[in-house]
Amino acid sequence: MRDVLYTEALAEALGEVMAEDPRVVLFGANFVGAGPGRALMVGIQQRFADRIVWPPIAELAYCGIAIGAAMAGMRPIVDLSTATFSYEAIPQIVNEAAIAYANSAGQTTAPVVFHMLYGLRGGGAAQHSGSPQGWYWNAPGLQVALPGSPADVKGLLRWAALRSRSPVVFMSHQQLFGVRGSLPDDVALEIPFGQADIKRTGSDVTIVACGVQVPRALEAASTLAREEGIDCEVVDPRTLQPLDVPTILASVRKTGRVVVTDESHDACGVAAGLAAIIADEAFDALHAPIKRVSTAHTPVPYARTLEDSIRPSAARIADAVRAVAGFGVRDAGVGAGLAPGSV
Amino acid sequence: MTVVERVGMLETMLRIRRLEEAVVKLAEDPARPIRGHVHVSIGQEAAAAGACAALGSGDYLFTTHRNHGHVLARGGEPTRILAEILGRADGYCHGRAGGFHIAVPALGILHTSAIVGGSVALAAGAAFATSRLGDAHVALVFFGDGAMEEGVFSETLNIAQLWRLPVVFFMENNSVSAAERSGRGSPTSEHSAVALSDVPRAYGLSTEVIDGTALDLVVEVTCRAVEAARAGRGPYFIESRTSRWPGNFGSSPTLALSGETDIAWAWSLETAPEAIRRWADLSDPLLRLARRLLGRGEMARDTLTDRDARVRAEMRRATEAAIQSPEPVAATAAELTLARPSVPSPT
Repeated sequence: MRDVLYTEALAEALGEVMAEDPRVVLFGANFVGAGPGRALMVGIQQRFADRIVWPPIAELAYCGIAIGAAMAGMRPIVDLSTATFSYEAIPQIVNEAAIAYANSAGQTTAPVVFHMLYGLRGGGAAQHSGSPQGWYWNAPGLQVALPGSPADVKGLLRWAALRSRSPVVFMSHQQLFGVRGSLPDDVALEIPFGQADIKRTGSDVTIVACGVQVPRALEAASTLAREEGIDCEVVDPRTLQPLDVPTILASVRKTGRVVVTDESHDACGVAAGLAAIIADEAFDALHAPIKRVSTAHTPVPYARTLEDSIRPSAARIADAVRAVAGFGVRDAGVGAGLAPGSV
Repeated sequence: MTVVERVGMLETMLRIRRLEEAVVKLAEDPARPIRGHVHVSIGQEAAAAGACAALGSGDYLFTTHRNHGHVLARGGEPTRILAEILGRADGYCHGRAGGFHIAVPALGILHTSAIVGGSVALAAGAAFATSRLGDAHVALVFFGDGAMEEGVFSETLNIAQLWRLPVVFFMENNSVSAAERSGRGSPTSEHSAVALSDVPRAYGLSTEVIDGTALDLVVEVTCRAVEAARAGRGPYFIESRTSRWPGNFGSSPTLALSGETDIAWAWSLETAPEAIRRWADLSDPLLRLARRLLGRGEMARDTLTDRDARVRAEMRRATEAAIQSPEPVAATAAELTLARPSVPSPT
């Protein structure tokens, strides 16, 4: 095992897939923005210069060109930079790439990876802080990956670039760049889509957390365990489409109490979608209403105080856990005897 | 082009005409066997037949909601085209696509967008792939003049020229004829350019404007464009001008004005209904080619009427077979949302 940064794992995966499959081409190659991680991309830019194109500022056309190239046998990875820039390309991503396979009755595939940085990055204001994962999850034919750790970004990106035959919206988050984690020595780590990961086992409350919410959920879980004796299980779906419903439901059935958290907005966001599935399929196992922790339904404001107030932080996750842990529990200490029969 | 080739292309154009008439008849059938609405390419047969004749077997073809003629000219089977339009299991996409989105990858038609301008970038992408993979193919994309109003068109032309992509942009301007221009100085009511061809020229593309009812010209210019693209000289833009068929009312075409084309109008125009006579005289590419072949003695009237009878019979059989084709099994509706991943190659 090695200890690496999220950005290092991302860069490692990119270099590997370029080396392993000559059909992989990059449309843009910054991936980690203009911050300190930028140096990681220089090696890739130099080593694979002839397989990287730098398109004009024309997201709609260059995404369409990547999709057409994929239909004709390539495996492009498109670096859209900030996720809001992908909004310019939605006609091609949602209305062409997503439908091609079903529309052609399985004859045409469009295996493009659209990499983008979503969410509240800190001072991004309204047009550089978007979280469109719910939109893309709602577009049949697209896959959506939301890695929350170095190992996951590497394994998911390798699988997306080398194995997937459907288009992928691959969402990283600037607030994950500095996250450290261990990477298996297995260099060919690939994580097939549709496999959730239990990031922390626990018995009292399930926290379903996506992307940047994974480290926040782990932080909340660790605080709650240490200070209040509440034992949380953190389930990371890793991909929204395909979605590993059985793993999520198994955890819900074990704990009976659920907090769902994602950085997309409250209305029809990812947390809402996951909560609906749990309510539909495991209502009988619930001892408390499902709580969502997501981002307030407002254009993301710039000022620190305003942005901080809408972020689904570890503190807000902890508050939601306390609420569901305490629901229906009388005359018992929080964290103890949570099953309703014990009241 | 030899006489034999020209006669062969006349037959292709005739097949497109009779296929489109079959589509309109189905669309106007009171029993409404077609669920959606349809767009036909009557009057644009020379562009379809001529441009497709310029392509090789590995080349890519992208088209639009007005695709039936293109698919047929590329080698598509009428029964499977009609079955798709009817939403039947024997359609090229097993009824999933409908007439809007017919895809036939075996013919290089990977995906068809019914969004105006939707296929333009995809074609440039296939061209990008073929140049990168080194297989010396080209991509040709048909689109209408309306697509030039879309942002994706301008973005794509810019990139195609910057990257010298082997793509032929084949714009079918079916709004007006050269003889029937609008009076306000613009080629369409919706675009500010004085000439639509000024737009690709501004991006530096090789650009030609042709009479899209003149088969020989379509073949000659498209061959030149395809050769240039194949030789690595970059993209090419062709504006093919045709005049709107009088029965073309957007997505509700009708045969009520003119009935089906009578091939005898090639020599007895006075028998054509008043509503279609001028168009049949000046703007119908099929009759224009027929008159030329007849006039030069390259084809006899009897041969022409025999071929027409054969084509009509072919389309009657195709229509019947498409109607007989079963509807897709309901339980398969969500089966093809995601493609099965490829398995890792054994190491």
